[in-house]
Amino acid sequence: MTWTNPLTLLRHGWTRHWNPDRPVRTVVSNLPFEDLKKREQPNRRYEGNAIRTNKYRLWSFIPMNLFEQFHRMANIYFVGLAILNFVPVVNAFQPEVALIPICIILALTAVKDGWEDFRRYQTDQQLNNTPCFIFSRKQMCFVERRWKDVRVGDFVRVLSNEIIPADILLLHTSDPNGVCHMETANLDGETSLKQRKVVPGFSSLVRVLPITKYLERPDKRRTGFGIDSLLLRGCMVRNTDDAAGIVVYAGHETKSMLNNSGPRYKRSKIERKMNTDVLFCVVLLFFMCLIGALGHAIWLETFSSMPSYIVPDSNGNYTPSVLAGFYMFFTMIILLQVMIPVSLYVSIELVKMGQIFFITQDVELYDEELDRRVQCRALNITEDLGQIQYVFSDKTGTLTENKMVFRRCSVMGTEYCHEENAARLAVISGANEEEEVTIYQQTKLPPLFPLEELQDVHTGDKNHANTQVTAASRRRSKVAAEAQSDMAFSSPLETVVVPDRKLILEVDRQMASIQTGPYLDFFLALAICNTVLVSSVTAQRQRVRVNVADLAGAERVGDVLRALTHSTKTCGLGKVFTSMKFFKRGGETLADPFSIDEDESDGFHSSDVSDAAGQKVISSERKVKSGLSGSEEVCYEAHSPDEAALIHAAKAYGFTMMERTPHYVTVKLPDEALLKFEVLDILTFDSTRRRMSIIVRHPHTKEIIMYTKGADSAIMERLGNVFSGDKIKCVEQWCGWKAVCFSLKVISEQEFRAWSAVRQEALSAIEEKEERLMETANFIESSFTLLGATGIEDRLQESVPETIQALRRAGMQVWVLTGDKPETAINIAYSCKLLEHEDLVFTFSTSRKVLQCQLTNASVPEQSLISFTGPLMEPSIGLVIDGPTLSMAMSDELVELFVELCKHCRAVLCCRVTPLQKSAVVKLIRQKLRVMTLAVGDGANDVNMIQAADVGIGVSGQEGMQAVMASDFAITRFKHLQRLLLVHGHWCYSRLANMVIYFFYKNVAYVNLLFWYQFFCGFSATAMIDYWLMIFFNLFFTSAPPIMFGIMEKEVSDSTLLSLPELYKRGQHSEGYRRSTFWIAILDAFYQSLVCFFIPYWTYNGSDIGIFAFGTPMNTVSLFTIILHLAIEIKSWVSLYTPLHHCTITPVLVYFIVTLAYSAICISCNPPSDPYWIMHKQMADPMFYLVCILTTVVALLPSYYNKFILCVCIYIYIYIYIYIYIYMTLEHKSSLKSLGYICSNSQKYIVWVKIIDFSFMPKIIRILSKDHVP
Amino acid sequence: MMASSYSAKEEDGHHSGSAGLGGTAIRTRKPDNTAFKQQRLPAWQPILTAGTVLPAFFIIGLIFIPIGIGLFVTSNNIKEFEIDYTGTDMSSPCFNCSQSFSWNSTTPCRCVLFFSLDQPFESNVFMYYGLSNFYQNHRRYVKSRDDSQLNGDERSLKEPSKECEPYRTNENKPIAPCGAIANSMFNDTLDLFYIDPNGTQTQIPFIKKGIAWWTDKHVKFRNPSSSNPNLTAVFIDTAKPVNWRKPVYELDTDPENNGFINEDFIVWMRTAALPTFRKLYRIIQKKNNMTPTLPRGNYSLEVTYNYPVRSFEGRKRMILSTISWMGGKNPFLGIAYITVGSICFFLGVVLLFIHHKYGNRNNSSDIPN
Repeated sequence: MTWTNPLTLLRHGWTRHWNPDRPVRTVVSNLPFEDLKKREQPNRRYEGNAIRTNKYRLWSFIPMNLFEQFHRMANIYFVGLAILNFVPVVNAFQPEVALIPICIILALTAVKDGWEDFRRYQTDQQLNNTPCFIFSRKQMCFVERRWKDVRVGDFVRVLSNEIIPADILLLHTSDPNGVCHMETANLDGETSLKQRKVVPGFSSLVRVLPITKYLERPDKRRTGFGIDSLLLRGCMVRNTDDAAGIVVYAGHETKSMLNNSGPRYKRSKIERKMNTDVLFCVVLLFFMCLIGALGHAIWLETFSSMPSYIVPDSNGNYTPSVLAGFYMFFTMIILLQVMIPVSLYVSIELVKMGQIFFITQDVELYDEELDRRVQCRALNITEDLGQIQYVFSDKTGTLTENKMVFRRCSVMGTEYCHEENAARLAVISGANEEEEVTIYQQTKLPPLFPLEELQDVHTGDKNHANTQVTAASRRRSKVAAEAQSDMAFSSPLETVVVPDRKLILEVDRQMASIQTGPYLDFFLALAICNTVLVSSVTAQRQRVRVNVADLAGAERVGDVLRALTHSTKTCGLGKVFTSMKFFKRGGETLADPFSIDEDESDGFHSSDVSDAAGQKVISSERKVKSGLSGSEEVCYEAHSPDEAALIHAAKAYGFTMMERTPHYVTVKLPDEALLKFEVLDILTFDSTRRRMSIIVRHPHTKEIIMYTKGADSAIMERLGNVFSGDKIKCVEQWCGWKAVCFSLKVISEQEFRAWSAVRQEALSAIEEKEERLMETANFIESSFTLLGATGIEDRLQESVPETIQALRRAGMQVWVLTGDKPETAINIAYSCKLLEHEDLVFTFSTSRKVLQCQLTNASVPEQSLISFTGPLMEPSIGLVIDGPTLSMAMSDELVELFVELCKHCRAVLCCRVTPLQKSAVVKLIRQKLRVMTLAVGDGANDVNMIQAADVGIGVSGQEGMQAVMASDFAITRFKHLQRLLLVHGHWCYSRLANMVIYFFYKNVAYVNLLFWYQFFCGFSATAMIDYWLMIFFNLFFTSAPPIMFGIMEKEVSDSTLLSLPELYKRGQHSEGYRRSTFWIAILDAFYQSLVCFFIPYWTYNGSDIGIFAFGTPMNTVSLFTIILHLAIEIKSWVSLYTPLHHCTITPVLVYFIVTLAYSAICISCNPPSDPYWIMHKQMADPMFYLVCILTTVVALLPSYYNKFILCVCIYIYIYIYIYIYIYMTLEHKSSLKSLGYICSNSQKYIVWVKIIDFSFMPKIIRILSKDHVP
Repeated sequence: MMASSYSAKEEDGHHSGSAGLGGTAIRTRKPDNTAFKQQRLPAWQPILTAGTVLPAFFIIGLIFIPIGIGLFVTSNNIKEFEIDYTGTDMSSPCFNCSQSFSWNSTTPCRCVLFFSLDQPFESNVFMYYGLSNFYQNHRRYVKSRDDSQLNGDERSLKEPSKECEPYRTNENKPIAPCGAIANSMFNDTLDLFYIDPNGTQTQIPFIKKGIAWWTDKHVKFRNPSSSNPNLTAVFIDTAKPVNWRKPVYELDTDPENNGFINEDFIVWMRTAALPTFRKLYRIIQKKNNMTPTLPRGNYSLEVTYNYPVRSFEGRKRMILSTISWMGGKNPFLGIAYITVGSICFFLGVVLLFIHHKYGNRNNSSDIPN
């Protein structure tokens, strides 16, 4: 349910009225109109940049919240009842009192909603107050403002590593080529840098020209003009000192806000089920009222003349019996309204809040590295975690680290295994990550900040500001230090490559002798054939949190910046920094290895200006000190993790790319010589060609060489001389790893010139530009010479196989949906134990007709398999299906068959699927099989799937926040899923299920007391219990214990749940809350209410007892019964609500105190009922206690006995069950040990009884009947 | 603060990396590792086993059976005598009275019933009148009263609560006491005579005070302006309830038992829970230890028959009962206790048997490791 503020709708309607739907958007620069009032601004009709995601305002909170709360049927029902109280014929006792419960419920919910909304408001405020720079005409410079001050038409400057405040049309960058890099991780999760170009014609910062821009109106598919010049809100500027542009979309009109659908409300399975049970209760209530109404009418008919106890109306007339019966129906509704638990909904919300609190507090789900807890974004589906049957997982970044590891390479047909590298990998994954941690430490900034250097920088005009700057930058440095560990694609896995000894010898030999050769070419290709940028440490990507920007510090920095802007105006900014850098560098003893040219200012100086240059110096110093692999460290900004892995591999062999400018690439060779290649052209990577090329001129030979890298298939088919069959073979053997082939082509001068001309033409073409560029690229990229291939592995995340196995044992089907090719996916599937080697794997990637045959054929042996493996063994069938085939399989005629097949598969892998297909698969399974689904993913391509599933889980790891934003729960590692589902899911489910059942039970048990009484009061809807006490009973005496129960009950300990994932099945099959459970609870309630009514009735029948004196023991007894019933249900008495404390004693004490006080004070306060001194009188009477004891015992005896009988029955079988369990299904000795521990415990069967909770009973019997008894 | 330093220590132990983060107190979002937040609070898990359940059954059985026997014996020792004087039978002496009834008949109808007690009633004897099929618990009937008027509130006296309708005003005067409950007050008069074996009748003296709850008489019910002893003046502007023969200030001659604090009235006003009920009418106090309060022999009950019950097929009874600590005679509770106790005991035995038979098989089980 998406919630739309009615006011917003209104406003939208209004603006539309004034601003008729025009397809173009006219944006005028605000600068000439700076002095005008707001009303006269040309862009006044566009939204400001301030965002508001909170629903309520202060003044509208109460009406709007009420309006929203009345969307709930239950609330309408209760308010309707409260109003019914005021209808005179209904003869309510005290209509005002009837309002109390619903008011309390509404108020509680309002407080909760208000608190949630306030938190949203706070984050909005934080975002709105983020500083940014807006050009001011008056001051002729960029001045610091807040995000909320940004308007459409403003000129905004964004610095490196800053988040873009609005959708900006790029007009200027510090890059001489007019390029600005942007990381869209916050928006779509892609970590690769996007290039944005300055709008043609605005190479330098346009000062004060009114600019009119035409753009399409903002909608979700924004195309057309400006898409490659638009900087999007929420993205981060990278590798560009600063960029400036005009704001075209602000606030809620920006792309990120349009994509943000706001918080989601899902209804959990239990809640859906519960609602039907509420309906059952309504039906039950209806029947009870009907019985009352009929009874009353019939009762009235029995009188020949009216007896003195039937009171006529005020005119002295008697209502006809039929009409009286009709009225009585409504009176009965009022009397028995408690049947529908008014406090159930609010209790559930409270319980869920408590559950979420405990989930987020779980230290096991906390990620030390990212400093992140598990996030619960959906507040009302905690218990769905305990009912998952299908898990759909993304591969890259979810199962794997998305950190590429250079695994092997093959040059000249010889394979180099890099076994050390592999071994080191094993060490890292095995030995508690200590190595990784130490490496992080080394890359971190020194904690002490050298003050002197800073002061040097700021000599001159800014002395007074020094201290502040220092403080601010120290704070920043801390942030930077924290963020170091978050550096994208530069984890030790990628950066540290241990060279293969054989290969390094080979390289050395060639290096020493001939200076050229395939080996050298191979590594040169590795080093230069990429789009990796070299940058200094401070400019590296940091996962910047929104609140990083320290306001005071930013102001200071702003001062510095303003001064600089004044002096340099436009492009000279870079020069100032360069000169400062030179100045500093002069003081250093250690020589910086790279030469600094004027034109390299873009690449190298992509530094964070706000760091005020000081850090840069330190970091360069640090570089030398903490060199890792012997030589100096260079930091690479890679677009993708595999590029990073490759360039680091080249570096490990001594081929270090030192710098990259648009025109040159400098590579340092193993013999310390620098080679500076002139870059003639770069043919960037695209998904159709699946390769990229770089055309360079060799500095020595002056040859024009094209290095191409690409996927194996993309290269192999275009090889010039097919001499290397064995190479191909070896690459094919590596199907698990991502194989990247490198090739080389020497182009003659003429050929290049001819091609270049065509290329230029294509570049300047207006029509069919894409096609023509593709054509030119394809033309030149042919007849390569294969240099070699590399194998890159995406390392599995920590304990993924264990997690998958646990999920499997818990009865969940795990599917992997990935965009990768089948080979990679299958390999990962094997390594994460999704597929076992003995499994039968069907791979579907065929045309339509064949597929149909396959499907039918596959499902036939399926049946036979099941028959011979028997029920204990799951048929091990894996299904691998690729995207196109999948879409065929999901077509109407095949879909049933496909689903049927999938049901029998142990694992399903869908490869090469698009995001939409992912969600389609999830939806299909969810709808066809009616199962609870969970989708887990980390990237933007998983968003659809996450939203389609019942429970969406976002992994906040390598890729941005998009998946997290769409998810219901956000975790940091895949392994957390195990604990989240098996422990928290189980707990939340069983807690909530028990609580809901208990609530129904409680209300029915209580209300029926009143109902039975109707048979003895002429169905006149008399209550023998004081009205106030009835309300208190529900609201205070008996509501806190079940809420505590719902939050804190621990059916089974977490260690047991983790060691026996099978226990999860209880939730999967909804065994905690079934229709039968509900009806048993209702029956139990009926029984107990009968006991609670009739034992006092027979005791007091014929005596001189008064109405309310008669009701008092019943009220007391039902309190005892209800509380003790809960006590029987509770399986672990956490000390916070110890039995003799919170759960039983407190409500009972409160009850007695309140009742005694009430019946002492209330002489004539509550007219119809007559509570005065009744409780005291009763408590002075020994009969009262005797009645209470007997009734409680009789009422609870069956449920207590039942529990015990089941215990006895089960432990007869338990030994056999354990035996079967261990020998038949357990695979690991470790689990066996944990079982053994349980079993060697003297109370073994008891433990088992608690674990199994009788729901396993039928299964055990089934197993036993199959003659598996040893 | 305590919690954070604690968690910092934890961190040192496990992840040496984060400690090197500059040593300053960088605030992490790591949850506190406390027993509460990690749901590791010590918990007691009650285990339903033969060892814990069987004793419970036996204990319940062993406690309940004696209690039940005690209750049963006590109940049996209570002497109770009941006589129906409705007069529905032609043979009944009250038949005539019951036929010609009217709330407002001026001439009281009298009838006399004779009965004999087989056993003497020792100690104090409580005399009740019992009504059957009288639904004093009818919703609208229960509502039809004004507690603040009964509590002596002047304003309520002048202007009774709306709930009293239609027994609120009569001839434009407020009714005191208003409402249906008061209006339908039981107004038979019962007198008891002991008939000596020689034929002389002696009236048995009744005590009519002390039959209502002390709190009702002294707190809940009060005459208006209690300083004024002249009740006639106090109730001057009020009308009597429609069905009453005399106004409220003439219920008794004793000023301590007149007006709203008349105990018969108070007893009636405490509405009965069930349609068959009894209400305390008089107490016959024990004279001395030598003679029983009511010796065995013949008695006559003289009824001034005012109260009509024929319209709802009600019955009127006179009950004489002695009283024990458990109130009136009621064998139900004792029997119930005995039954429940026996069932528990029996279940205990059965379960013990099962436990012995099958429990042993388990002890020999040994899981190989």
